[in-house]
Amino acid sequence: MTQLTQILLAGLNPSDPNDWRLRSYEQREGYAALRKILNEKIPPDTIIGEVKKSALRGRGGAGFPTGLKWSFMPKQYEGDKYLVCNSDEGEPGTFKDRDIMHHNPHSLIEGMAIGAYAMGIRTGYNYIHGEIWDTYERMEEAIDEARSAGLLGDNILGSGFSFQLYNHHGYGAYICGEETALLESLEGKKGQPRFKPPFPASFGLYGKPTTINNTETFASVPWIIRNGGEKFLQIGKPNNGGTKIFSVSGHVNKPGNYEVPMGTPFAKLLEMAGGMRGGRKLKACIPGGSSMPVLPGDIMMRTDMDYDSIAKAGSFLGSGAVIIMDDTTCMVKALERLSYFYYEESCGQCTPCREGTGWLYRVVHRIETGKGRIEDLDLLNNVADNIQGRTICALGDAAAMPVRAMIQHFRDEFIYHIEHKKCMV
Amino acid sequence: MTNIEIDGKQVSVPTGGTVMDGATQLGIYIPYFCYHKKLSIAANCRMCLVQVEKAPKPLPACSTPAVEGMKVSTHSAMAVASQKGQMEFLLINHPLDCPICDQGGECQLQDLAVGYGASASRYTEPKRVVVNKNLGPLISTDMTRCILCTRCVRFGQEIAGVMELGVAGRGEHAEILTFVDSTVDSELSGNMIDLCPVGALVSKPFRYSARIWELSRRKSVSPHCGLGSNLVVQIKLNRVMRVLPRENEEINECWLSDKDRFSYEGLNSEERLTTPMIKRDGQWQECDWHTALEFVANGLKTAQEQHGAQSIGALASPHSTLEELYLLQKLIRGLGSGNVDHRLRQSDFRADSHLQGSPWLGMKIAEISQLKSALVIGSTLRKDHPLIAQRLRQAVKQGAHLNLINPVSDDLLTKVTNQVVVAPAAMAAMLAQVLKAAAELKATEIPATLKDTVSSISVTDTARAIAASLIDNKPAAIFLGNLAQHHPQYADIHMLAQHIAQIAETSFGVLGEAANSVGAYLAGAVPGPGAVGISGSSQVGANGSNASQMLGMSAIPIAEPCRAFVLMNLEPEFDSYNPQQAMKTLAAAELVVMMSAYKKHVASVDYADVLLPIAPFTETSGTFINTEGRVQSFNGVVAPLGDARPAWKILRVLGNLLQLDGFDYETPEQVRAEIFLAGSDVSTQLSNRLGSFAVGEIGQVSEGLQRIGEVPIYQADPIVRRAESLQRTHDAMAPLASMPGALLDRLGVQAGDMIKVKQGDGEALLPAARDDKLPANCVRVASAHPLTATLGAMFGEIMVERL
Amino acid sequence: MLSAESLKKIDHEVTKYPADQKQSAVMSALAIAQDEKGWLANETMDFVAHYLGMPAIAVYEVATFYNMYNLQPVGRYKFTVCTNLPCALSGGNDAAAHLKQKLGIGFNQTTTDGKFTLKEGECMGACGDAPVLLVNNKRMCSFMSCEKIDQLLEELSK
Repeated sequence: MTQLTQILLAGLNPSDPNDWRLRSYEQREGYAALRKILNEKIPPDTIIGEVKKSALRGRGGAGFPTGLKWSFMPKQYEGDKYLVCNSDEGEPGTFKDRDIMHHNPHSLIEGMAIGAYAMGIRTGYNYIHGEIWDTYERMEEAIDEARSAGLLGDNILGSGFSFQLYNHHGYGAYICGEETALLESLEGKKGQPRFKPPFPASFGLYGKPTTINNTETFASVPWIIRNGGEKFLQIGKPNNGGTKIFSVSGHVNKPGNYEVPMGTPFAKLLEMAGGMRGGRKLKACIPGGSSMPVLPGDIMMRTDMDYDSIAKAGSFLGSGAVIIMDDTTCMVKALERLSYFYYEESCGQCTPCREGTGWLYRVVHRIETGKGRIEDLDLLNNVADNIQGRTICALGDAAAMPVRAMIQHFRDEFIYHIEHKKCMV
Repeated sequence: MTNIEIDGKQVSVPTGGTVMDGATQLGIYIPYFCYHKKLSIAANCRMCLVQVEKAPKPLPACSTPAVEGMKVSTHSAMAVASQKGQMEFLLINHPLDCPICDQGGECQLQDLAVGYGASASRYTEPKRVVVNKNLGPLISTDMTRCILCTRCVRFGQEIAGVMELGVAGRGEHAEILTFVDSTVDSELSGNMIDLCPVGALVSKPFRYSARIWELSRRKSVSPHCGLGSNLVVQIKLNRVMRVLPRENEEINECWLSDKDRFSYEGLNSEERLTTPMIKRDGQWQECDWHTALEFVANGLKTAQEQHGAQSIGALASPHSTLEELYLLQKLIRGLGSGNVDHRLRQSDFRADSHLQGSPWLGMKIAEISQLKSALVIGSTLRKDHPLIAQRLRQAVKQGAHLNLINPVSDDLLTKVTNQVVVAPAAMAAMLAQVLKAAAELKATEIPATLKDTVSSISVTDTARAIAASLIDNKPAAIFLGNLAQHHPQYADIHMLAQHIAQIAETSFGVLGEAANSVGAYLAGAVPGPGAVGISGSSQVGANGSNASQMLGMSAIPIAEPCRAFVLMNLEPEFDSYNPQQAMKTLAAAELVVMMSAYKKHVASVDYADVLLPIAPFTETSGTFINTEGRVQSFNGVVAPLGDARPAWKILRVLGNLLQLDGFDYETPEQVRAEIFLAGSDVSTQLSNRLGSFAVGEIGQVSEGLQRIGEVPIYQADPIVRRAESLQRTHDAMAPLASMPGALLDRLGVQAGDMIKVKQGDGEALLPAARDDKLPANCVRVASAHPLTATLGAMFGEIMVERL
Repeated sequence: MLSAESLKKIDHEVTKYPADQKQSAVMSALAIAQDEKGWLANETMDFVAHYLGMPAIAVYEVATFYNMYNLQPVGRYKFTVCTNLPCALSGGNDAAAHLKQKLGIGFNQTTTDGKFTLKEGECMGACGDAPVLLVNNKRMCSFMSCEKIDQLLEELSK
């Protein structure tokens, strides 16, 4: 954790081993929002309205408006409903949720409790990436703290509102970051995505209405309630409210998480991350996690970091993982590694992804190892076409988009590889 | 209803329906592999992608809900490009082994590849190879061919009720397998072969024996359980090569039990009897038909002359056709005897004179799926009626209650709401509890005849829960299973169940044990002067001996023991309630005529005097009336093997030789016409009502150990006994002597030890097994098996000794 | 089959889910079983299946789907090195190469003394700390330069 600004990572002192604890969190106005809601019996619709006003959008990658998602939950439904936090952070380049849970776990707990209250939910699960075990243990401890303090469990703060929250860990499957795969996994099955519709709001965990949000999304909620949606919106840009944590990795001097207002210029973010390692030239950047299209450095340097600006530039903000590549990077090699990842992590359920990701990887691999043919570039695009938009979940798109973007922006490099059977860098 | 447009045609789809449903209604073909109307939607093959107006990407027809005003095109450029793209993906790793693949000619992938595939592959990398699996004796695998549609997996979970197959691994490495090389043991497993759209799962018995296009297809009806599943029998060179389901939504849907599917191997058995044989001086000799029939006619005439007509008895299997059963009883009655029966495993005939029709299911088979509550009494249901169990499983999924009163606790692979496992002797008392509870709940009087029986009984919570379940959830039904029908207190059980059904206002039925259990009554194959229904009604049991009396098992002795027997389509050592006693009686008889499709079983050599080779169901035309009373006629699909002849013809000639009137039939249709002379409305002849039968004393505690003897699934009739592949399944395992742990301890026996079980003067050596769900002092030993044929009654006292 | 301590942990996990959804605890149950046994033998999976009332094949599906379960015996210490793109840009491959050289094994191999197993991992969600590696699934080691790898090996070799 490098830079602490604004909202999610505000006021934290990472060198203090107890700064994550409830006491410290409360000193930072923690649980004030929940207390206020319960004391004043603020109507759920008001809370959802405030979240809508904030223009908070899903921080997991899809950027869906959070308030709108919350309003999809059936209000009159009798029986169990579930709230699920997607902390299965495995999108290459992304490591923000780990920091939130590690350093500010109660912001997530409070955010979920508020969400549960707003949607009339009594049970929640936080699904944590299997590889970050110490973070899972931290969350277990934090939940125990909150429960002991009467901030979770039955009859919270004597309000009559009850919310049980549990942690559930993954054990090594990228696909469980997809929300319906995550639900399957929570049910004790393979993490294979479900087709949609039905959406989780009508058929979610155990077949019950369920809302799933990302860690960062929930963690933003207490601040929104404390300070008002309007103020959150103003920090960012219209339709792109608040701050966003960007996980900057790759060829920079200070890789790490940087929480900045939405709309911060990329150049500023790069500067915060200490600039390019060794002073080298920025060649390319994947601005939203490995699944998003790569953009050449010059385009990035003219782009602001918010959903709409990055989309205009030809990629997506995604999870906010900014992977920086300098001019020593071989783009064929980079694509080969990414394609291997999607091939390795495909769940195997639907045909195009199961068969197509392996095909993509093998063709890129053959180009990288000097056995490529010039018609392979068209083949790659065509196979990517047959995958994208035809799979059950977005992993197919995630495998296809990097291939097309890499070929689009760095075609010369691929041709060089094919013709010279070696790398140009 | 939702109105959508597909390819410019309007269609109304029921609310909740999909684009695929609409296309099906319109007869528009959309290619698919994973979709199946009876299974949950998986949407994983992506072959059914279609274009939907305003949708940015193609959508799978199978999982896309119809939305009012939706416009779909199944053949637009986008749709076709998507479908071709998926076909290419499916083919890149599929082996090009069609020439040696059994699925060739009926392969969905092959068929669709013609329409949607390219002639050459753009994929130049090595293809995936998947290690083969051994799923047991019925399903042959070639998993490299698998396209992971998961139909087989979903079938297990959703229809068979047991997840034996799963998808292990992920991505390209995903493969379908069982846990640690175990076999697939479901009694419905063969359906996975039908469901597999490629050649990954094919029939092991059929493997490499013919190409599909060499086979001719004939319709038939299954001769095994009472369901009467509809079959397609496939023939090559006058030999039955394979049996497949013929879809009939009202009976077997699109499924078959493994028994119905794989029993055909028994038709081609080495043990088929192909020539008439006569035993002379203790030696079996082949002979011609004329000699054999003369021998039989003379033998019967001699018995009639020397001992009177009542010394002649006929026993027939209820797996025989209506025509065969009718002619057999006509022959026997023509000789002046009333001794004819098909109820070979029944032991309690006290209710006979109270029967008011042929016992039957009491409802349509299809209505089982709609039940909201059912009580099944005395049944090893999954093994006796696999597809009825399947229908109940689907009903339970829709919220139905399943209640059981049984001497065993076999897993029905579905949720059971209330279950009572009691010793056989306590079953009637348990029913009395339910009756009392039902009367209390309905505030109704218990019929006067039962008042005394029930008054002293105290009602348990479970009995009350069962009664409430039947009363509160409609439609509801009560069924008597095979164990109940074989039970020594069947009449009491029947009567009590009938009263429960009356008070709780449920349907009441008897699960037909065999393909023609209903028809056998209607054909008159029951003792008495005439048949129950169609050909002139009369009281069952009057002026004739039942199976139990004929074979000397009954406590009620008969005046004139049978000295001459005609046995049709049965093997008494397996097909009778008390094989030990049956063998004794037959050994003492002067004449035993065996009309059988099979020779062998050394024991039969001892008692029979003449063997007449009859044609099994595939070699004769005939009729079965299934458990719901449905009349299903069928034709022979191959010519009789060797010198075997349809039994109806044999009986006709015998009638002629014995100079009996009315045996001048030219065709089986003429026989059928005579049976249905009084009209073909079978429904008027069906009734489970017993008139005024007085329930005997119930609840008396039996001394000593009691046997529970069920018929194993693959021992129920002569054909299935010889189906070699079925005989290698888990269900065909050699019988065990199962008992609760407490009893094992008391006997000082460990599970797995060989022990001696004894009944009467017969004994068998069997491995002991522990089953703590069995009632105290009960020993479960299967009957109808060579290893237990030496034993006595299926229920009643049994002794167990350590070796 | 599993120790009382492991069963207690599994029982605790089961309490997190509705009473009729014991299967939800299968992932943690397998992880707990693996912590005790080192890997998931068929008998162990079968035991977990019975314990949670699941079909054995359903447990096997889960165990083979998630790649942190060991379906074969592994060394006392299993290293999983991330070589995904963000880590590769910051020395992930160098860390892997260094480990291979020091241990004398490749990926998916175990040292002859049975001490170390090396695995290639996918994104662990810690790209800012690259190179990263996991020891026995649960201990994450960050910024793994060759020197730090040497220190780690020394610590574990004691």
